[in-house]
Formats: sequence, C-alpha cells, structure tokens
Amino acid sequence: MSVVVSNGQETLTLVLDEEQQMLRSTVRQFVDQHAPVGRLRTLRDARDERGYSASVWSEMAELGWLGLQVPEAHDGLGLGFFDLTVVLEQCGRKLMPEPLVSTLLLGAQALMLGGTEAQQAAWLPGIATGEKVVTLAFDERGARGNPHAGKALAARSGAGFTLSGTRVGVLDAHVADLILVSAQVGEGGPLGLFLVDPKAAGVTVTRHVALDLRNAGTVTLADVAVGAEALLGGDAALEVGDGGVALVDRVLDRARIGLAAEMLGGMEQAFEDTVAYLKERVQFDRPLGSFQALQHRAARLYCSIALARSAVLAAARVVDQSGDPREVAKYAALAKVRASEAFYDVAREAIQMHGGIGMTDEHDIGFYLKRAQTTLVTFGTNDALRARWAELNGY
Amino acid sequence: MSQPSEHSESAELREFRAEMRAFMREEAPKSLLGTSPCGPFDGYWGGKLHPEVPADVLRWRDVTLARGLTAPTWPKAYGGAGLTFAHAKVLYDEMRELGLPRPVVGFGFAMIGPTLLQFGNEEQKLQHLPAICAGEIRWCQGYSEPNAGSDLANVQLACEPDGPDHYMLNGQKVWTSHADRSDWIFCLARTDRAAKKQKGITFILVDMRTEGVTPRKIELISGASPFCETFFENVRVPRSNVVGEVNAGWTVAKALLGHERSMIGQSIGRDPGSTQRELVKLARKHLDAPEGPLPDALQRDRVAAVSMEEAAFQLTLDRLAQARAAGGPGTESSIMKIVATELKQRRFEAGMALAGAQGLGWEGDAFDDEDLSYTREWLRSRANTIEGGSSEVQLNIIAKAVLGLPEVK
Repeated sequence: MSVVVSNGQETLTLVLDEEQQMLRSTVRQFVDQHAPVGRLRTLRDARDERGYSASVWSEMAELGWLGLQVPEAHDGLGLGFFDLTVVLEQCGRKLMPEPLVSTLLLGAQALMLGGTEAQQAAWLPGIATGEKVVTLAFDERGARGNPHAGKALAARSGAGFTLSGTRVGVLDAHVADLILVSAQVGEGGPLGLFLVDPKAAGVTVTRHVALDLRNAGTVTLADVAVGAEALLGGDAALEVGDGGVALVDRVLDRARIGLAAEMLGGMEQAFEDTVAYLKERVQFDRPLGSFQALQHRAARLYCSIALARSAVLAAARVVDQSGDPREVAKYAALAKVRASEAFYDVAREAIQMHGGIGMTDEHDIGFYLKRAQTTLVTFGTNDALRARWAELNGY
Repeated sequence: MSQPSEHSESAELREFRAEMRAFMREEAPKSLLGTSPCGPFDGYWGGKLHPEVPADVLRWRDVTLARGLTAPTWPKAYGGAGLTFAHAKVLYDEMRELGLPRPVVGFGFAMIGPTLLQFGNEEQKLQHLPAICAGEIRWCQGYSEPNAGSDLANVQLACEPDGPDHYMLNGQKVWTSHADRSDWIFCLARTDRAAKKQKGITFILVDMRTEGVTPRKIELISGASPFCETFFENVRVPRSNVVGEVNAGWTVAKALLGHERSMIGQSIGRDPGSTQRELVKLARKHLDAPEGPLPDALQRDRVAAVSMEEAAFQLTLDRLAQARAAGGPGTESSIMKIVATELKQRRFEAGMALAGAQGLGWEGDAFDDEDLSYTREWLRSRANTIEGGSSEVQLNIIAKAVLGLPEVK
C-alpha cells in the first residue's frame, strides 16, 4: 500500500492492490457458487434453527477468511481491516446471513481492540477456525442505537460485578458462544464491555427473526454475577481512548465501516441485476432500458454508488493507516451514511424498476430492500451519524 | 491498468514533492502565497486582451513556464515538462498547500490543448501549444448555437469552401465564455448538410481578430457572467485550421467535451473541506453562534449532510485519479460533472437557508459584501448544471456508455 505524505496529510490509497484483487475474485467465486440469495427464503421456510449454513461458515473458515485479520499469534493471517472489508463486500453481494457482522465486526474487533492477552488467547483462535460465534449487546429500547443511552448496569460486587439490564437487537444472540455486553460500571460511570456466557445463571436469550431474515435476539441479564476477569481489557479499559473515544464507540466505528462494505456489495449486486432486467424486459415493444425516465434514474444510482464506494474504501484504509480514533470515527460516519443512502435508493428503485415481479416474494430483489432498511438502522441512523460528524468536526 | 510500483514510485514522488516545495518556497512571489484555493479556474487566464494583470502573477507564470510547469504533463517539445499525471497531482497538491494559484488556466490549457495533443497535426501543435503554456493566447469555445444547446450535433454554423485554401464561415455561436477577451475560438461547423447530423461536422480553429467575427456579452440572472454570443459574417479561415478530418469533427468534439467535464468537476472539488468551512462560518455568522455546537439542529444536520457529500465527492476524485493510468477523461467525467455541479448548488442552497433574510439583498447598506456576493453566486450556480452539457445530457451519457442501456428511439 503506497502512502504519500504531504505536511502530515496522508493520501489514502483507494484502489485494491494485486493481492487484494485476487482475494476479491476468489471470494466472489465462492459466493457465486455457494451462496445464492434465495438461500434466505429456503432457511426461512425451513424455519432453520441456526438461521445460516454451518457448512458455508466452516468452509469460509477453512479458506482463512474468518481469521483474516486475527493476529498470527492467535492462529489468524494477520492481514489488515481493509482486507476484511474486501471479503465483506463480496459476501454482501448475496446478502449472506452467516454471522460475519456479529463475530468478525463486533466480537473480534472488540477483543482485538480492547481484550487482554488472556481474553484474546481464549477467543480469537476459535473465531478464526469458525468454531466460536461472538456478538455484542449494546442497544436497548429507546436508546435508538446509542450505546451511551442505555440503562444496563454493572455494579461492583466483591472482586467482580453484578450485571443487570435488557439488550435488544443482539445479532446472532441465540447461536453465540460469547456475548459481550456493554454496561455502565456504576451509575453514571464509564461503559465497560463484559464477557458473558449465554448459559450463565440469570442470562436469558430469546431469538427473533429480523426483517432481513437474520438473527437478532433479546438478551436479559438478571443479577448475573461475573468475575473481575469478565471485564474486557480489565479496569484500564474504562479509560477513554487516545482520541477521547470510548472503546465501545471504537468497536462500533469499525462495525459501521465493515457493514458499509457489506452494503456496498449489496447495492452493487441489486443494481447489476436491475440494469440487466432493464435491458431484457420488453414493454410497449421496446426494452425498458430505452426509456429515458428509467435511464436517468439508473444513471443517478450509478453516481450514488460511485460516491459510496469511495467513502467505504477510504474508511477501511483509515482504520489500517490512522491511529486516531476520531479520524476513524469521522470516516466511519461518512461511509455508513453514504452507503445507507445509496443502498436504500438502489434497493427501492430496484423493486420499482422490476415492476410487478419485483414486489413478489418469489423474486429475490425484495430481499435487498429488507436488508437496506435493516442496515440503515443498524449501528446508527443517518441523522445520528450526521450529528456525530458535526460534533467530531467541531460544530 | 498499471498501478505505479509502490515503493520505488512513491519514493520518487516524495523526492519530487520535496523538490517542488523547495522550488515554490524559493521562487513563487510572496504576494501570491495563500491567495488561492488552486483550482483550475483560479489562476492566470492569459491572452492579449486580458485586462491589467498584477506583475507578480506574470512573474509566477514565468518561473513555472521556465520549468515547463504551466502544463506539466504536456511534452517538452510543446512547452510542458513531460511529467506523469501522478507528478502533476503532487505539483498541484503543493500549490494548494501554499495557496498558490495555477500559473496558467483556461480553455486553452484544459480543453483545446489536450485535444490538439490527441488530434492536432504537428504544425498545429507547434503553433498553439507553446503559446498556451506561456499564457499568450486565450481560447473560447464555439460549440453551442441558439438551436443547438443540449442537442449539440445540431450545429448549423455554415462552413463552405472559399477558394482552394480557405473556408467561409457564416452563422452564430452562443455561450462562448470569455469570447470578448479571447484570441482564438475553436468551433464546430457544418460542412455537409446532406449527411446525418454527426457526420457533417468539422472542428475548426478561428483567430478572433479575423474580419467578420463579433462577440457580444450576455447577462445572466446573477447580474454578470463570462458568457457571450459570437457572430460570424463571411469569416475567411485557412483550411489548415481544421483539426482532424473534414466532416469528422464530432469525434474531436466528444473528446474535448470529456476534458471540459473534467475541468468543471475538478474546479468544484478543488479544496477538500472547503464546503464545510464555508457553511460552518456562515452558520456561526447568521445563527449568531460563535462557537460550540450549532444551536439549530436542522441547519446543523443540513450543513453536515452537504459537507459529507463533499467529502465523498473529494474521495471519488482521488479514487478515479488513482484508478486511471493515463490522463484522458473517460465516462467518469460525466459522473464528476453532474455530482460536482449539483453538490455546488446544494451548498449554495444550504448557505441561502442559513442566511435567511440576509440572503435577499441585491444592493444597499443593509447587506454586507459577503451577503450580496453570496446571493449572486447562488444564482450563478444555477448555470452549472446547464453549461458544459446539461445534467440530463450527462445522465444520457452514463446510461448508454457506462450502463449499456439501449438508445432511445
């Protein structure tokens, strides 16, 4: 990766190098062969207990993708966050429901950013091999995705803590081997992340199927007793990071960028499918794509995707290049907002341009709108992220 | 598409950057430092009819010209420095860092120059390119006509043989920016009325001092503009001024339009973060909030929205620049043109919303100069989505050339 430095300003490399291009094409090949979008319908209709394919997940692990960013010391490949987003983008093309967001974007990032050596050694190798699903519970009813607005509490108790509260929208909660729960350490205290065993006494996990047919559960903690070693990173983690950004925010910023990469893949596929449809579908004795009203809308979507792609690539690079959490936070907000706007517009127009067939359950294109609406809300809505951008830029 | 081999190239570029920085700190006139955001429209337009130019601007042109840096990527034989586009970007980065204007700008440098490099014969290149590098001649564009706006191929400027060595031009061009100050005009002219629209067009260069050429200014809703209309009455032009083949001017015309869209796109994305700085400054002034979070949540959201779109646009300019090996603009210039111009309009609309009643002045003491000029610039920005090929024309280009959608029948 080439970086040109001018008076402290870095020029971000926004194109893929050769190895990354190869990675992209192998993942794409795999996804095209093993993960048709219609799988979502099949899993739904079969009321699949897991909500995703365990065999696809373990094949991905064997190919090394789950441990791509995990350090070599913990049995991973030790590549960058950017490389991970290359994989996520391709998985996003087919809306793969495997627990990539929960395990790789929330769990693994939290462990890598904030975990002690012992916590990392206990969990990262299992993530890399695909044996462990790890998620993060940070949202509550009424908190609208703001991790600092919830009421979940960690009261100090002896050497350890007693956790209580209810978390909603917890991705893949019912299949998770570990749930990281954010909770205020003492009333009005800093947010800590706690390693919680879903089977521990006092923990209740309820499965919900979300709009996009992915797993999003509710986790209730009723006076759950945990030891001091359950606090991610130990007491030192309760200090805010270098840029004045709390650990939970740093994790969510990476998750926003990774999710935006997945969304980029989704919008690209939905758009390609739609353009192909415009070329083949004949109405009034001519292809739909020859109507200027549709051409102009398609061209606008193309421009919007181009901007989203730039924002996502830049944000993914910044994670690897910049040590400043505030920089990452700005780019994360930018990537997520651009991707959300573009993905939603593409998905909405995709259904409209597909006409009658597009609004049926039988056709796959509708899954993209369901995913677009879900991702729009996940990890911060556009207005919340614009406010974050304004704050980070000092106004 | 070959990426620069990273380590060697970036070391070389770093060295070039240091060299350019030292050169500018040493040689650039001190009075010009910090005066410019350094976009393509911000610099010396050149030409013989230019009004008074500060001596330091001419000095800046001369010191850069001596090193071929007024047109850094052009071959040395024509007055350039023969540098790569990556080097040129480094050069412009450094100018921006110091707030120096481009030493030579305008349609010669940005539009007809690159087009002559591609389609001109050796004689034409030698006649015009060095003079463009030196800022000696200014060019304007003779494309549009009263009945050929977005339907550009409908040009009717008559171009008929007049003896063995000349053509005779008769007709009218419109939107000929800066025609009243230009030395030369490049025109699309009709040489074959029987042929299909695009087939009978010829690309021809005309000296504005030729008898029968008359430019006249056009005023816009903003109260001023660079635009003119230009009349041609029995204008005799040497046949050697035809660029490319007779009746095959459409190919040349399209290439030039790509350069034009690029120029417009880049001129708007010239200074990363400038939109945010400008809007926050306006917000602080008009909302009477000298510091802290802006008190009006809706206005704050709007400022953030426009500034984020600008950031994404800047990154897209960078990404496309990195993605293309050689410098010729492709279809991405259509994306840049449409996004840049609409973004600029949204920026002014956000600013006008912040200004409220202070944005409603045309003249008078109730409004400060900034208020008054902002209002006029807001009006001027309406032209951005029309000039240089309307947004709708750009959308047609993207639909057909990029997405491969079928022709409208």
